[in-house]
Amino acid sequence: MNITLNHYLAVSGLLFTIGFAGVLLRRNIIIIFMCLELMLNAANLSLVAFSRYNVGADGLPNYNAQVLVFFIITVAAAEVAVGLAIIVALFRARATTHVEDIATLKF
Amino acid sequence: MSPILFWLFAFMTLVFGVAVVANRNPVASALSLVVCFLGLAALFAGLDAFFVGVIQILVYAGAVMVLFLFIIMLLDLRVEARRKINPLAYAGGGAVALLFAAELWLVLKRFVPGHSPFPDLPTGAKIDDVRAIGTTLFSTHNLPFQVVGVLILVATIGVVILSKRELK
Repeated sequence: MNITLNHYLAVSGLLFTIGFAGVLLRRNIIIIFMCLELMLNAANLSLVAFSRYNVGADGLPNYNAQVLVFFIITVAAAEVAVGLAIIVALFRARATTHVEDIATLKF
Repeated sequence: MSPILFWLFAFMTLVFGVAVVANRNPVASALSLVVCFLGLAALFAGLDAFFVGVIQILVYAGAVMVLFLFIIMLLDLRVEARRKINPLAYAGGGAVALLFAAELWLVLKRFVPGHSPFPDLPTGAKIDDVRAIGTTLFSTHNLPFQVVGVLILVATIGVVILSKRELK
């Protein structure tokens, strides 16, 4: 059986769902953060699959999508640095990584 | 990419993705995420995106996950103590995720172009993706590239400020 575009999109969608479920179900803020990374990577996989599917006039993959993946990876790395710094600052102030203990802004 | 390799790496990615969510130990979660990213990098390589695959391993499996492990060990997080969970919130979260998966399945089933296999590359074509991505990055996407540079500078300054003990 040939591997079609939909196979890759299904893997990407399932990976996104796993990350989404993790964000909704887990209570540890670091695990939630890791699940966000998982969702970003799922988006990257579908971008790369579309890049390979939409070949240009020269028959080569569309590299605009791969440039977008490059940007996503860069922004995600910056996001991880800032997010982890916030988590460390939060841990210093509250000594917890459990989201239910951090409910100051909860209505 | 041969179908066997695709299924192998797809299952590796998904199984370790589930392990990230299911593990109670944050260190085990982070290591599962590393394996998940390695599987994704292999899938990228199978799609002839070698540069993106290498970047994925270098930046994600290397730098980002080391940062995660570093913070987990710095905060000395152990296996979480079991807490009373709110079953309603749990069921709601699971239902939303399942609904999302079902919706994705419906969309993919009706997505006609997705049912055809990938077009073959022209015979004898050389994948020169580092050059192609570099050219596109510095010509078409030059402005976003510089904006991303400023963004990283801002992020670096932000991290330094956030890490200070006394904010003045």
